[in-house]
Amino acid sequence: MPSLTHLQQLEAESIEIMREVVAQAENPVMLYSVGKDSAAMLHVAKKAFFPSPPPFPLLHVDTTWKFQDMYKLREKAAKDAGMELLVHKNPEAEAQGINPFDHGALHTDMWKTEGLKQALDKYGFDAAFGGARRDEEKSRAKERVFSFRSENHQWDPKSQRPELWSLYNARKAQGESMRVFPMSNWTELDIWQYIRLENIEIVPLYFAAPRPTVERDGLLLMVDDERFPLKPGEEPQMRSVRFRTLGCYPLTGAVESEAASLNEVIQEMLLTTTSERQGRAIDHDTGASMEKKKQQGYF
Amino acid sequence: MVDDKSYQAEALIGQDIEAYLAAHEEKTMLRFITCGSVDDGKSTLIGRLLYDSKMIFDDQLSALEAASKKSGTQGEAIDFALLVDGLAAEREQGITIDVAYRFFATEKRKFIVADTPGHEQYTRNMVTGASTADLAVLLVDARQGILTQTRRHAYLVHLLGIKHIVLAVNKMDLVDFDQARFDEIVADFADFAASLNLVPPLAIPISGLAGDNITDKSPHTPWYQGPALLPHLETVELAEDAAQNAAFAMPVQWVNRPNLDFRGFSGRLAGGTVKPGDKIRIVPSGKTSTVKEIVTMASDGTLATLPEAVAGQSVTLTLSDEIDCSRGDVIAAADNPPLAADRFEASLVWMDETAMLPGRAYELRLGTQAVSARIQTPKYAVNVNNMEHLAAADLGLNEIGVVELATDRPIVFAPFAESQKLGSFVLIDKISNATVAAGMLHFSLRRAHNIHWQAVDIDRTAHAELKGQRPKILWFTGLSGSGKSTIANGLEKKLHANGKHTFLLDGDNVRHGLNKDLGFTDADRIENIRRIGEVAKLMSDAGLIVLTAFISPFRAERDMVRALVPAGDFIEVHVDTPLDIAERRDVKGLYKKARAGELKNFTGIDSPYEPPEAPEIIVNTTELSADEAADAIIAYLDKN
Repeated sequence: MPSLTHLQQLEAESIEIMREVVAQAENPVMLYSVGKDSAAMLHVAKKAFFPSPPPFPLLHVDTTWKFQDMYKLREKAAKDAGMELLVHKNPEAEAQGINPFDHGALHTDMWKTEGLKQALDKYGFDAAFGGARRDEEKSRAKERVFSFRSENHQWDPKSQRPELWSLYNARKAQGESMRVFPMSNWTELDIWQYIRLENIEIVPLYFAAPRPTVERDGLLLMVDDERFPLKPGEEPQMRSVRFRTLGCYPLTGAVESEAASLNEVIQEMLLTTTSERQGRAIDHDTGASMEKKKQQGYF
Repeated sequence: MVDDKSYQAEALIGQDIEAYLAAHEEKTMLRFITCGSVDDGKSTLIGRLLYDSKMIFDDQLSALEAASKKSGTQGEAIDFALLVDGLAAEREQGITIDVAYRFFATEKRKFIVADTPGHEQYTRNMVTGASTADLAVLLVDARQGILTQTRRHAYLVHLLGIKHIVLAVNKMDLVDFDQARFDEIVADFADFAASLNLVPPLAIPISGLAGDNITDKSPHTPWYQGPALLPHLETVELAEDAAQNAAFAMPVQWVNRPNLDFRGFSGRLAGGTVKPGDKIRIVPSGKTSTVKEIVTMASDGTLATLPEAVAGQSVTLTLSDEIDCSRGDVIAAADNPPLAADRFEASLVWMDETAMLPGRAYELRLGTQAVSARIQTPKYAVNVNNMEHLAAADLGLNEIGVVELATDRPIVFAPFAESQKLGSFVLIDKISNATVAAGMLHFSLRRAHNIHWQAVDIDRTAHAELKGQRPKILWFTGLSGSGKSTIANGLEKKLHANGKHTFLLDGDNVRHGLNKDLGFTDADRIENIRRIGEVAKLMSDAGLIVLTAFISPFRAERDMVRALVPAGDFIEVHVDTPLDIAERRDVKGLYKKARAGELKNFTGIDSPYEPPEAPEIIVNTTELSADEAADAIIAYLDKN
């Protein structure tokens, strides 16, 4: 009998996790960020419950500053999967016009961290799937697959439940919730290989194309819409770029690249020598920044 | 230390990405743990494996170099340990306090490493890391040799059923790659391993810091004949491959019902393989059917079917018959299904600050089953430092013991030694919802032969099985005043105290109700006994041990009742008291009335008593007290 390949094993494990959540939780939801990890996670979910559609909605915590291409794929992906799409925008952030250009770290805090808490409370979700991987960052390497959150959505790294074999404990008291990371054991390369093998649709921004960009603080930023405040003398230039991760466009650095196909992207990724999150401004401050954000409730 | 293989791979990535990716899609995956004492060099070894397999990017490397200078322990050299020590709190304390998972890959395999802590108070984290591992790398500092910690970790690895162990004798560079020192450590460990019945591990002399015998054989150890660490990890057998040889079993996670025309059962194969057309049995119901299709989604979102599924795969099965099957059931090979039982002996690792409470009901999770379970006072606790058995009233955090436990209903299981998936469980505190213990089932405490239940037959055997006893009719017969009721009463109390489910039928509860229309003519006496016999039979079918205390004077009626139940289940107890003694006792004054002619048809006076010809038990009440008689009957029951 042939051995399962690593992708088959990873997929089987993720499917098992998703089914456990559906069997154990009362009101699960899948956080959908439209990125490649979300795309792979959504695909696994479709396989896990096929021929039923995944028995939970998709939730996008919108900052209003995502790339336009992301908004397009968001609608299509939900429709293709036969799933309800919930979009939440933090009304306070909206009222105060919080944006990444003027408000720095507050932008992430209010739109993403607070926005997520609001949405989970609003709909009463008791389990939320996230596409985070343990290979992304040091504090994620230690997080459980079923990650317990207090009523205030806080993560306490010192009192995580032991997680043995594939026996996942989703029991919790009223008001408490779980974040569940079914893709915990996948690496970036695994995700790319899976996208290739399963022919999963991803946002075109992952592929190189001529795009209007400006260079700021060492990051190559794309001028995705007219809200981008150009500094005096700043002129967007057409560069052949692509993105390794996707977030709010003013916070996401592009890399110069000619890789226009999936194979070329993977090839470039394999030969590259900088890690994935470097394109994101959020991780740069201190070594422990992600851990702090998570204790505050960031996904 | 980047070896040639990486350069070749890089060339292939550059020249023919298609070929490279095709090859890498065929990789398998190995999960392993590293364990050892605080200073044995675990983090350094993992950092080294990541570095040598090119899993460290330039930006990480420059951050690492900066951090090494600031807080590293290697002077100007790179401190690999800083790569894997994750949480801020740990960085301050310089220790690893939780399980961290790391990833790297070679040409042949993807690896997931659980980095588990080395110090005493975190046994639970090591057990957590070990629970999903195919292999354990046990690190030993060549200068220190086998320590208490090493023995403890080896014991835990053994307890968690990990089949492959690598004894990595680290820091060989610090003992000048001395073969004698290596051999000494290996021999030391072998003695210990033999006492645990461990498979002899593969011992490898390494240096995590310098990279000896990690990816390639080191020139510093020409005397070492075995493989380097990484090549061994690339070829060792995977637990899931071994599980393919087991009988097919799939715990049902979820029933898939998108519409009335489709009913599928979703789960992950715990063992074996399955194909359409295979005969299956649902456990514990015992119903059988055949697999119709193994359903999955094709890449384009349409329905596809698989010709076969193997251990470790998550699938959805459809069956050819409409049968009951839900979450918690196990779909298994029809001719080799797992057993079900409700009392077990198990090893338990306690993982919570609050100690185990014998007698409290915890939620037990095994496979996809969730039941209530009570644990008895431990048979013993294990001193993990020397494997001695200790008396224990309970188990506290990080303590390990052997216990008996009872579930509130039978669960489908296999001994842990045979199946990790069907033999492992966790206990959850129902109030705090915390996972408080990990367990491994040894065996069920009763013969679990209830598995071949035929679906519709909740029969005599099934009822009895649930009560954990063999149903019987203990038929006391003898003259009025012989002592039948007294002995039967005393016997029932003793049986009840022993946890048996019993019922006593006597004149008091039968004559006033069921049989109040009957008198004492021969015909009525016969009808009386017939009815009592039928009731006793029904009660024994319900699994009870029935005691009857009636004169029942006629042999024929007693034999009629005997014929109602399976051979051996009717036990005739002749309470043999001579007429003159019974009459002398005359507890109820009945003999006096009979002699005076006030009672007609009184057995022994004006109605015959036919003593049994071959009763199973004869009680001579002139020699035994009622209590002794009851004990004698229990002794008989124990033997039969």
